[in-house]
Amino acid sequence: MDRGAKKSMIKIEKRFYISKGQELYIILASIILALLSGALMLRLMGVNPWEAYGMMLKGSLSDFYGISETLAKTIPLAMCSLAVGLAFTMVVWNIGAEGQFVMGALACTAFVRYFYTDSAIVMLASMTVTSSLAGGFWGAFAGFLKARWNVNEIITTLMMNYIAILLLQYFVYGSWRDPTSLGFPMTPVFPESARLPQFFASRVHAGLFFALIVALILWIVVRKGVWGYEIRVSGQNPRAADYAGIKSARNVILVMFLSGAIAGLAGMAEMAGLHRRLQPGFAVGYGYTAIIIAWLARLHPFTIIFVSFFFGALFVGGENLQIAMRLPLSTVQILQGLILFFLLGGEFFRSYRISLTFKKR
Amino acid sequence: MAEKVLVNMRGITKTFYDIKANDDVDFDLKAGEVHALLGENGAGKSTLMSILCGLYQPDEGTIELEGHEVVFRSPKDAIAQGIGIVHQHFMLVPSLTVWENMALGSAERDFIVKENATCARIRELSARYGLDVDPLSPVWQLSIGEQQRVAILRMLFHKAKILILDEPTSVLTPQETEKLFETVKHMKEEGFGIVFISHKLKEVFEISDRITVLRRGRVVGTLSAREVTAEKLAEMMVGSGGVGEIKVGVSRKPPGKPILIAEEIRVRNDKGLVAVDGVSLTLRENQILGIAGVSGNGQGELAEALAGMRHIERGRLYFTVEDVTSASARRMVDLGVKYIPADRKGVGLVPNMNVAENVALRKYWRPPYRRGFFIDWDEVYRDSGYLIESYDILTPGIDVAVRMLSGGNQQKLILARELSDNMKVVIAMHPTWGLDVKATAFVREKLLAAKEEGGAVLLISEDLDELLMLSDLLAVMYRGRLMGTIEAPDRSHIEKIGLMMAGIASDGQGGKKEHD
Ligand SMILES: Nc1ncnc2c1ncn2[C@@H]1O[C@H](COP(=O)(O)OP(=O)(O)OP(=O)(O)O)[C@@H](O)[C@H]1O
Ligand SMILES: [Mg+2]
Repeated sequence: MDRGAKKSMIKIEKRFYISKGQELYIILASIILALLSGALMLRLMGVNPWEAYGMMLKGSLSDFYGISETLAKTIPLAMCSLAVGLAFTMVVWNIGAEGQFVMGALACTAFVRYFYTDSAIVMLASMTVTSSLAGGFWGAFAGFLKARWNVNEIITTLMMNYIAILLLQYFVYGSWRDPTSLGFPMTPVFPESARLPQFFASRVHAGLFFALIVALILWIVVRKGVWGYEIRVSGQNPRAADYAGIKSARNVILVMFLSGAIAGLAGMAEMAGLHRRLQPGFAVGYGYTAIIIAWLARLHPFTIIFVSFFFGALFVGGENLQIAMRLPLSTVQILQGLILFFLLGGEFFRSYRISLTFKKR
Repeated sequence: MAEKVLVNMRGITKTFYDIKANDDVDFDLKAGEVHALLGENGAGKSTLMSILCGLYQPDEGTIELEGHEVVFRSPKDAIAQGIGIVHQHFMLVPSLTVWENMALGSAERDFIVKENATCARIRELSARYGLDVDPLSPVWQLSIGEQQRVAILRMLFHKAKILILDEPTSVLTPQETEKLFETVKHMKEEGFGIVFISHKLKEVFEISDRITVLRRGRVVGTLSAREVTAEKLAEMMVGSGGVGEIKVGVSRKPPGKPILIAEEIRVRNDKGLVAVDGVSLTLRENQILGIAGVSGNGQGELAEALAGMRHIERGRLYFTVEDVTSASARRMVDLGVKYIPADRKGVGLVPNMNVAENVALRKYWRPPYRRGFFIDWDEVYRDSGYLIESYDILTPGIDVAVRMLSGGNQQKLILARELSDNMKVVIAMHPTWGLDVKATAFVREKLLAAKEEGGAVLLISEDLDELLMLSDLLAVMYRGRLMGTIEAPDRSHIEKIGLMMAGIASDGQGGKKEHD
């Protein structure tokens, strides 16, 4: 009997390091595989895949309109991703960007409703602060529970998403509903002074600068600053953080506050820049997609912006596919799912190496 | 004795970055023998054994088990083939009981865990090999020695026929080591093949049949233990030049002012139980105070309390005249209190961060490392380069995660960081654990130098030879109390120390004092 068990031809091994070039290959390979398998699926459904891909590209990146739409989607995606990326840096699993995003939107809408003034500067500045605080406290609460009683933040942040969304529905179906909306659940349109400017007659708004500024600040503070070092130590090894005299508990709360505040700010930008009124459908899961984006971008703030743009294009392209080729929404979602699947699959190859060995007996 | 060859590794090569951790290594193991692996820190011992137990795959080379070539894709494959390893840092799940830890990762997977059957087998195995542990007690309650027994039992439980012990004795007391060796001898008679890694030549001679020496990843030679001398081995390990004997402090400066003074301090452990119960001690300039004792008697908690990492519930702690009873760890570092923790990967280092980031760990908040809002990484890198050089730390680079370093080199990194500047007090727990002969001598010299320069040193160790060699004063800790101190301790005190370690006080103080 062959005591040596099966002779294996495939070896799977943990990688100890990976070069930039290898990383690029892996990403390119996963994108190509994703497109190929998507093509197969489209073909099986009787659609010409190259036409469909052309449509997606055309809708999202080929002309000014497409690019502007993509950018409009990039803004909330990027900000939510920056938010969760900050928490992930400390190995705090903030799954609640969606809820913090909604709380930010709710807070600035409330501000518009109850403290309206004509001065755009006053209005926008106060809305920025209110929304950040709302998202911040929504996050900090989960952070506090974790710091104080070691309550798992994955569960609390996730649960608080549902609470936030129910609160949103309570208000838009209830006392905040616009009496002139013919029964649709939406608030009245924001007055002029509560709007962020849009550019070039498109839906790209000043929230884009929020995203860029936040990314820059995070890059400086977290990647280069003393505090960033501290939260990385706390996240990687809490006992070593004690040894270095780092106050991990306080940092957990602070990180969750800031993370929530960025997501809350995203909610404000989405309200004041894009929708300009609160309606239930504005929260379409950016806070969840953000988790994937942050991860694919390896938590790097600038990379997050680019990856968000890519995802924005994916979404806009998908919409175009629905409209131009009359594909059902579910098909588009499957296609997007496939692309994600392969991108995340590529992650595996960033940490593991598979080699084939051919041995003569 | 049967000369059956259990393992035959041929031409094993494994490269990390550009370091050849193993370079064309041949290694074999026979049934009924103990084969020792010797070599300096970073010589490639753990790497070779990690390959044998399926954790790494070799870049080149083959492994044969009883004449059949095998390829292990994971440690599971190796366990299924009867290869068991007890790692340098063995890992058990602390919150589970002994038997649950055994059942975990069992090769024959049952859906229903059989508690009674498992416990019965554990009892049977532990009786047979003299590894007594209670299968029902939770792992966190066990001493390091007991945990190691569990780790060995676990391998026997999984029907290992080949047992790899990676520096098993560095964490054991002499008595525990003695016990371990009895077990090993017994297993040998039953036909097990055992690989034994250690830096202590005395132990190697006591237990092994053959010795293979590695140097910088290559085999220097494989010899019969009966035919070789310690000098020869030392030369093989480090190349010509040999190991410098350490010059033990002849210059005996008289002890100076008290620096760190603990008065009747009481400290609790992580489980909330009193671990240090009214300990008073004084650390003076130019003096090394040694603390002996079986591990788990509160030494770790005492050290943490002195380093500002653990709450002092009662009593006072002074740094010269300043009351530092509730000072933070950071304050203590700023005062010059350095601390070398026992648990290097768990406390002393951030394994996933790189060498420079670990060098910065205890200093980053002050200039020159801190510049306003930022950390001056150029400065840290410069310092790191200097420390790597002067402590002879073997690493592929400064920006490499420290989990990639060998056990001994991780320890050297901690020592380099803690002993490099502004030290008034050094609290050192097992500072030479896992270090090779040369590095051990180097560290001991460093501690003596620290003392000569006016430092106060607290040395906590289980290595009595080390304590006797270095300490000016020796205290023994038992159940959270100090059992009295011995001045200028030497070998003539060993019996007395042994009694104190067993809780029998010889001079009125400590020990059997009434509990309040
Ligand atoms: N996972 C890894 N990635 C990169 N380098 C590694 C890795 N594991 C080991 N090395 C390198 O390989 C060399 C040999 O390491 P190894 O752990 O085998 O040494 P060792 O002989 O066990 O030393 P020690 O006595 O200090 O435990 C070291 O230089 C180490 O830095
Ligand atoms: Mg080792």
